[in-house]
Amino acid sequence: MNSCVSTSLPDAAGHYDIFGGRYVPEALVAALNQLEAEFDKAMSDKSFWHELDDLRRNYAGRPTPLTDAKRFSRHCGNVRVLLKREDLNHTGSHKINNVLGQALLTRRMGKKRVIAETGAGQHGVATATAAALLGMECRVYMGRVDTDRQALNVARMQLLGAEVIAVESGSQTLKDAMNEAMRDWVASVDNTHYLIGTVAGPHPFPKMVKEFHRVISTEIRAQMLGRFGRLPDAVAACVGGGSNAIGTFADFIDTPAVALYGFEAGGDGVETGRHAAAIQGGSVGVLHGMRTYILQDADGQTLESHSISAGLDYPGVGPEHSWLAATGRAHYEAVTDSEAMAAFDLLTRTEGILPAIESAHALAGVMRLGQRLAVEQPEAEPVIVICLSGRGDKDVATAIEYFGLTGKPDSATGGIA
Amino acid sequence: MSVPDVAPAVKSSSAAFTAAKAEGRGALVGYLPVGYPSVPGSLAALKALCGAGGDGPGVDLVEIGLPYSDPIMDGPVIQQAGTRALERGVRTTDVFAAVEAVCSTGTQAVVMTYWNLVDRYGVDAFARDLANAGGSGLITPDLIPDEADEWLAASDAHGLDRIFLVSPSSGDERIRSTAAACRGWMYATAVMGVTGMRAASSSAAPELVGRIRTLAPQTLVGVGLGVSTGDQAAEVTGFADGVIVGSAFVKSLLAAEAAGTPDDLSGLRAVLAGLAEGVRR
Repeated sequence: MNSCVSTSLPDAAGHYDIFGGRYVPEALVAALNQLEAEFDKAMSDKSFWHELDDLRRNYAGRPTPLTDAKRFSRHCGNVRVLLKREDLNHTGSHKINNVLGQALLTRRMGKKRVIAETGAGQHGVATATAAALLGMECRVYMGRVDTDRQALNVARMQLLGAEVIAVESGSQTLKDAMNEAMRDWVASVDNTHYLIGTVAGPHPFPKMVKEFHRVISTEIRAQMLGRFGRLPDAVAACVGGGSNAIGTFADFIDTPAVALYGFEAGGDGVETGRHAAAIQGGSVGVLHGMRTYILQDADGQTLESHSISAGLDYPGVGPEHSWLAATGRAHYEAVTDSEAMAAFDLLTRTEGILPAIESAHALAGVMRLGQRLAVEQPEAEPVIVICLSGRGDKDVATAIEYFGLTGKPDSATGGIA
Repeated sequence: MSVPDVAPAVKSSSAAFTAAKAEGRGALVGYLPVGYPSVPGSLAALKALCGAGGDGPGVDLVEIGLPYSDPIMDGPVIQQAGTRALERGVRTTDVFAAVEAVCSTGTQAVVMTYWNLVDRYGVDAFARDLANAGGSGLITPDLIPDEADEWLAASDAHGLDRIFLVSPSSGDERIRSTAAACRGWMYATAVMGVTGMRAASSSAAPELVGRIRTLAPQTLVGVGLGVSTGDQAAEVTGFADGVIVGSAFVKSLLAAEAAGTPDDLSGLRAVLAGLAEGVRR
């Protein structure tokens, strides 16, 4: 495959070459067909886009700014880093883009209940938010390990009126939450929409979720041209399932001059086997309704993923990313927990922006890339836009533990001796 | 003399249905996973399911489950047994030993598993080894005919049954095309949901079977999901060609282990006796 990449993918059955498709129980096929038909209809319906655009602007807070990260850039070789501030969206991450789109589709299909899986809780909170906004019943499945490490987001979902179910099967993380949501959906498909939170799962989810996140790259393009009169040399994002990354890539996939970088969760290092880097450290298989790169053992049993970031702790990746990796159009690298946490600390101190640990993987990846480019192309001054997919408030407890903070004052004053 | 390029003579699992029909009744299909309570323990349980060591008849056809880490069509009972089987080290190759164990009793066997395990083993290699072990075919809960080109070719090459699922939500055209892709028989899911026992049967199952009879009259239909008692089995075989029971058998093995006697098959035999009587009313 050369650099001429077709945008006609996926094909009508949701295949990106060998990736994607629909590996699902027959019981779900009718619902997937209904969803696909409704989505196709909505895409060409001006009133759908008008309502979604209104919610994006006047509810979610779009467009999000593009921030020139001058002090952070000093640590990135000769790269000038611009941050696409998805962290400033309502609910604190890019997840709201997808959730608003799917919630409107749910209403168009006449369904009154949504279910969702969540890892870090960002997608669960976003789904609960949209359900509250549109008056829908909402149930969120979350692995027991994640409900324990993200208690704050559990409470947020409950405040929003959602029911949170702790999943205690399997590894008790995101993949098991997705299994349980699928089981719910098989039994409830008549009145329920499964609001998948990433560009994974059976067709049409990868294609649909991409379209709802495309706005990220559409805005980047307009903001770059408007403010700098040029396109970026590259865009970069973290990749778990890959929704913020595909949104960041979408409008640039057919522009070969813009390089695409995805940074997967390397955990303790891909070589240790304790990671969540499906593309860098996995192989092709079938999981959660799609053919894609997954972490699996010799028999095809899914392996447990490991990452300090709950939102990236998933043993698969969206099928379009697998295809972009296989064709070489996008470059994927793994970033370890410690690299990500160093970048988390650095961005906070240099820019006054506390990033989600997920997004810190992209920051760390660009720091490494920048140092490499400084050697390879010392005369160049590349501009790279990093999608800052979420804010880090939810990760403060993890940071306290990781950095050994006490949560106590540095010193005291004013008391009487 | 040249070796003819034909598949080994595998007997279709439809024979189990037609043999039952010759007795004027529906077929009883029983499910157990390989590897629970252990690999040897599961082989003993599978033989007991065929009637070995008991007083009465066994099932007409055995469905051997190959445990998978992410079984999205299974309820808590089968999940629990599968998780334990994986923790205790069950491997894909064990399923072929289980097929041989079942076939040694004279009962036919089909395998039920999620697609990634077959995909990883190699679709043609899996079909070859299944046929060589004496297996009759494969039930694929997360593979629809739309994605099954490789399996259609391999099952043709090795003469295996391919049992696809239909559900109450399947449209007429899908029932027709799925029936055309099936060989042996068709698995109709009686309710919208995952495996597990249910107290009441719904009207969805007879309605679905009625639609299949109209749309694909030549197709043998087994009905599964939720059946656990002789009464339910009698009711289902009143309108379908066979009834598929899983969780009720697995639950008896879980109970035996909980009681500290994982190799005690008396509970399994009691469940079997009730169901075997049910399909003979």
